[in-house]
Amino acid sequence: MFEYEFMREAFIASTFIAITAGLVGVFVVSRNMSFLSHTLSEIGFAGASFGILVGISPLAGMIIFTLISSVAVGSLSSESSRREASISAISSLFIGLGILFLSLSSESSSYATNILFGSIVGISSKEVNQLMILALFVIFVFIIFYKPLSFDSFDHIGARAAGLKTRLLSVAFLVTLALSVSIGAQIVGSLLVFVLLTLPGATAKYLVHSVPKLIMVSVGLSLAGVWLGLYLAFVTNWPVTFFISAFEVIAYFLGLSYKNWKLNH
Amino acid sequence: MVFQNLNFQINDGDFISLIGPNGSGKTTLVKMIMGLEKKSSGDLIVDHKQTIGYVPQFRNIDIDYPLNIEQFVRLNLKFTLSPKKRQSDNQLIKRILEKTGLTALKDRPLGLASGGEKQKAYLAQALLNDPKVLILDESTASLDVEVKMQLMDLVAELNQNEKLTVIFITHDYELTKKYTHRALFFRDHELQEVDVKDVSEDMFEMGG
Ligand SMILES: Nc1ncnc2c1ncn2[C@@H]1O[C@H](COP(=O)(O)OP(=O)(O)OP(=O)(O)O)[C@@H](O)[C@H]1O
Ligand SMILES: [Mg+2]
Repeated sequence: MFEYEFMREAFIASTFIAITAGLVGVFVVSRNMSFLSHTLSEIGFAGASFGILVGISPLAGMIIFTLISSVAVGSLSSESSRREASISAISSLFIGLGILFLSLSSESSSYATNILFGSIVGISSKEVNQLMILALFVIFVFIIFYKPLSFDSFDHIGARAAGLKTRLLSVAFLVTLALSVSIGAQIVGSLLVFVLLTLPGATAKYLVHSVPKLIMVSVGLSLAGVWLGLYLAFVTNWPVTFFISAFEVIAYFLGLSYKNWKLNH
Repeated sequence: MVFQNLNFQINDGDFISLIGPNGSGKTTLVKMIMGLEKKSSGDLIVDHKQTIGYVPQFRNIDIDYPLNIEQFVRLNLKFTLSPKKRQSDNQLIKRILEKTGLTALKDRPLGLASGGEKQKAYLAQALLNDPKVLILDESTASLDVEVKMQLMDLVAELNQNEKLTVIFITHDYELTKKYTHRALFFRDHELQEVDVKDVSEDMFEMGG
């Protein structure tokens, strides 16, 4: 399949997507932000449609929307349960906006399905380069903040007690989350990018118990999912997102069963 | 409004207990000292802000917590690339684990540690950077007598030999009597200093 240019591009792009999503996903899970990453994908959809409408790239539109909203969420310090209700209200507004922007723009509807459901053919080599740079930026931020972010993500009260700047960490993390949503959506689609951002991290938690191992397993599951998905999508011509989400969901339930089995033995 | 008429001073080398019923504001006061809780009015002057070791009352360390005890204690080290600093950091960790009686347990996942072992690990982490002040928020609650005494003996020793100022929140009459030199009694949103020898058991018995 690598004799095709578009498959090579898709392969490189999804490799970087999977690494960032797997990495960020470990912390999405430990910071209880699965719900927020779901909402960010929906906001990203509105951003992509907005990008199309005003004539900037969908990726740029997504980044703008997800960055602004994630930082806005991060600076709200309200209680988390109240936050969830208001987040879901906001997310329905953004889906509506996304649909509105798309219907106002003159682009064909296949463009819209690509944004929503993902695609392996839509990506150009210029976009691959953009994705790579963004992914490397995310990885760089993680290397810098690795230790305090681990401290804060698994023991928030302790991190505050130790005098860490948890607000700054939270904003830094949300920026990487917004970027991961935006780059992941380019192949997986904004509707299901949160699958890559939550399931591998959640599965890893059932299997291993140290931060480096969590990251390795999560990135591994995420890579396996996108590689297998690309291959199967190429062979069958079915949507890549279907295979990726099917793989991650199966892996999740296998992980869960493994954990339960281990508890009983 | 949590506090009225709050007026007190804590000096270097004090070993002071904060006592009073549930909900009387002890945790809130230390959070204010740490700058983690806002106050609506009044002055609070904290001299050693950078060097307070604080062990909070509640902490969400679940069973899956992904670090062992040594790694957990290490979290409080500043990041460094210098090999020399790393070496001295390793020495520091070794010493603190020894002091808190955790050397044999250093590889145990913190999530699986017992309540007493966890408290020792929290204490070790808080003591790592040689704080001038140590704040313990009910660190001895739910520990058996022996572990309680081990912990308090260690703290008392640091208070004696290294002039560590200790602020100790507790509902434990015996410990207050045995270890602390001053007592601040919280009641009805007011706070009064009582002499430790006048601390009576019924101060711990009244409801909030
Ligand atoms: N963030 C908050 N917002 C509003 N009220 C609060 C908040 N935190 C604490 N309180 C209230 O302030 C009062 C003092 O609480 P605090 O936790 O300081 O009590 P405490 O003396 O530490 O009690 P305990 O012995 O049970 O630990 C309580 O009535 C509590 O419900
Ligand atoms: Mg309290």
